[in-house]
Amino acid sequence: MQLDKKLVGHTFKAFTTTVEAGKIRLFCKAIGEENPIYVDEEAAKKAGYRAIPAPPTYLTAVTNDDPDKGGLLRLLNVDIGLILHGEQHYEYLAPVHVGDKITCQQKVVDIYDKKGGALWFVASETELKDQAGKLVAKAKGITVVRNPDAAKK
Amino acid sequence: MTTAPKFDQVKVGDEIKPIVLPPISRHQLALYCGGSGDHNPIHVDIDFAKKFGFKDVFAHGMLSMAFLGRIVTSWVPQSQVRVLGTRFTSITWVGDVITVSGKVTGKREEGGQKLVDLEVKCTNQNGQDTLQGNATVALN
Repeated sequence: MQLDKKLVGHTFKAFTTTVEAGKIRLFCKAIGEENPIYVDEEAAKKAGYRAIPAPPTYLTAVTNDDPDKGGLLRLLNVDIGLILHGEQHYEYLAPVHVGDKITCQQKVVDIYDKKGGALWFVASETELKDQAGKLVAKAKGITVVRNPDAAKK
Repeated sequence: MTTAPKFDQVKVGDEIKPIVLPPISRHQLALYCGGSGDHNPIHVDIDFAKKFGFKDVFAHGMLSMAFLGRIVTSWVPQSQVRVLGTRFTSITWVGDVITVSGKVTGKREEGGQKLVDLEVKCTNQNGQDTLQGNATVALN
């Protein structure tokens, strides 16, 4: 298996998704977050937020809400069982709240291998903009692909 | 409600109160699969995980990164978080007991903001780091 380095620069189709209170509630239940600002609008407003804020890593649920889910793996022609998450970085430029309509645009920024091709690394960046077109966050992720051919050697 | 420490009172080396989590359960992974929209079966379907060479399902990296988010927002209100990042350094298995910790590594003023840099980590019951992360928060 070898990934095509010419895919660096590929830009995925942008999509827009609405931040929903019920999804944040489930996300918080899953991560054990019990701060009432994430479930109770009154508590959020009392704490100075204009609505329930999305927890810091809830942005992954926003970017995962792509109707064309799995686009990166299809582009790379890689099975989902072979990937691991190498790194993730968020830069927060403005708060994201329930009701916001967030547009996500992902781009492949680097592809390289290590250990003689046993592991491949795909770096991508996603810009998240709100309904006013303002950049609210930048996400950078590194996906690690385990080369099944290397394991057979 | 989280009340942030003051910039002038924070010192490099200050530690945030650690969070010791309940053992990772399969139920938690199922909830996170739905809650995060990461539907990769490797985290919830043991047959699929075994097919790809793993002994069992394992936690989503982003679930552990959410724990890093929790410790940062236990220290400052979320509106003051500027950066959160991590490397995923080892796999978190079902049953692992994760401790989340954080400490101040730097203080600086930049673009009119008073910023504090943090090292944040998840460590398993064997003392092995599963996530080595960093955060930057703005303080008053």
